[in-house]
Amino acid sequence: MTEERDVVVIGSGPAGLTAAIYSARARLAPMVLEGEPSSTSDQPGGQLMLTTEIENYPGFVDGILGPELMARFRDQAARFGADLVTTRATRVDLSKEPFEVWTTAGGADQPAVSAQSIIVATGAQALMLGVPGEDRLLGHGVSTCATCDGFFFRDKPVAVVGGGDSALEEALFLTRFASQVTVVHRRKELRASKIMQDRAFASDRIVFEWDAVVDEVLGDSSVRGLAVHDVSSGETRILDVAGVFVAIGHRPNTALFDGQLAMADNGYIRTFEGSRSSVPGVFVCGDVQDSVYRQAVTAAGSGCMAAIDVERWLESRGR
Amino acid sequence: MSQSIPALSDATFDEHVTAADVPVLVDFWAEWCGPCKMIAPVLEEIAAEQDGKIQIAKLNIDENLDVTRRFEVMSIPTLLLFKDGELQARIVGARGKAQLLQEIAAYL
Repeated sequence: MTEERDVVVIGSGPAGLTAAIYSARARLAPMVLEGEPSSTSDQPGGQLMLTTEIENYPGFVDGILGPELMARFRDQAARFGADLVTTRATRVDLSKEPFEVWTTAGGADQPAVSAQSIIVATGAQALMLGVPGEDRLLGHGVSTCATCDGFFFRDKPVAVVGGGDSALEEALFLTRFASQVTVVHRRKELRASKIMQDRAFASDRIVFEWDAVVDEVLGDSSVRGLAVHDVSSGETRILDVAGVFVAIGHRPNTALFDGQLAMADNGYIRTFEGSRSSVPGVFVCGDVQDSVYRQAVTAAGSGCMAAIDVERWLESRGR
Repeated sequence: MSQSIPALSDATFDEHVTAADVPVLVDFWAEWCGPCKMIAPVLEEIAAEQDGKIQIAKLNIDENLDVTRRFEVMSIPTLLLFKDGELQARIVGARGKAQLLQEIAAYL
């Protein structure tokens, strides 16, 4: 049976859950399709579920763990009556009103829910390297989650690929276990914030492999090394590591909306006048539409915008 | 996790997976692993619904390094499926219920 809702939120990171809190308090009884368990950032709670300490979310003077912060967001949404459903949206039809959404729980035969309005908060997911050996050795030394897997690399050398805040956060976390952490970055300078750079440079367990591009993850049954080449000299080197952690950035989760919502040239969903998408009644917030800031607090802020925009849009249509 | 899912240890693991007359799916997990927490309710549902067809058990990797090393678990959650004590399948990383059921269907 297809349920009917005024508001369906797709996604449950900071953006989706803030939209849920606001729209629940506006008595719109939102249904939140929060996703399904996974070991990538494509999971209930989003990217913060794979992080450790969050030190820049205002209000938490001493920091808070990412999963703990998201549990609080979720509890707050539930407290005001948001209907949180642990399933993944598999298909949407935005061509007619009400809109229709299919889910893994509801199956492919009929839409699980029809919605007067939709808030898209599907976020972004981690990019993989796409080099030989990576897929084959995933779970055998190649990891997408330092907080899950760092434990297995006690007293072993590991590499972190990437140069942003996520990469340095993982590198610093891994110094708790690993004998040495090599940060492999394709440029001569990092993209990460100054405070993270200062901490990484101060650690005697972190070394840097500059101007280095990964060619292959080596190993038969588990990782034995990482083949890289120098972008300027072309020289090839083998890094002797037992673990490879990939943190080279994210891409927006837009596949559900291909051909239905206008996208920017860089692949993010386009917004107009606040959180409006190219389809009236469909609003967009969080990292799926933000290629610039990509912070928990900006995602939460945009989720609030989407909820207010939805409320006004429904009002204007007499609902 | 509820009490319905038995916790195995280095000492009890072998006997448990060998003695069972149905396949045993063992969840290698730890307290500090976010995706492990999310998969726990999925496993409880499967344990309840597939009662008699499959047994679910869990093993805390922090406390049971021998078994964890023996099966070369290097990422959690990892689910190992045993039939008559023999390792049949390895599932690395959290999954939704439907996908997990699909992956173990061939062994039930």
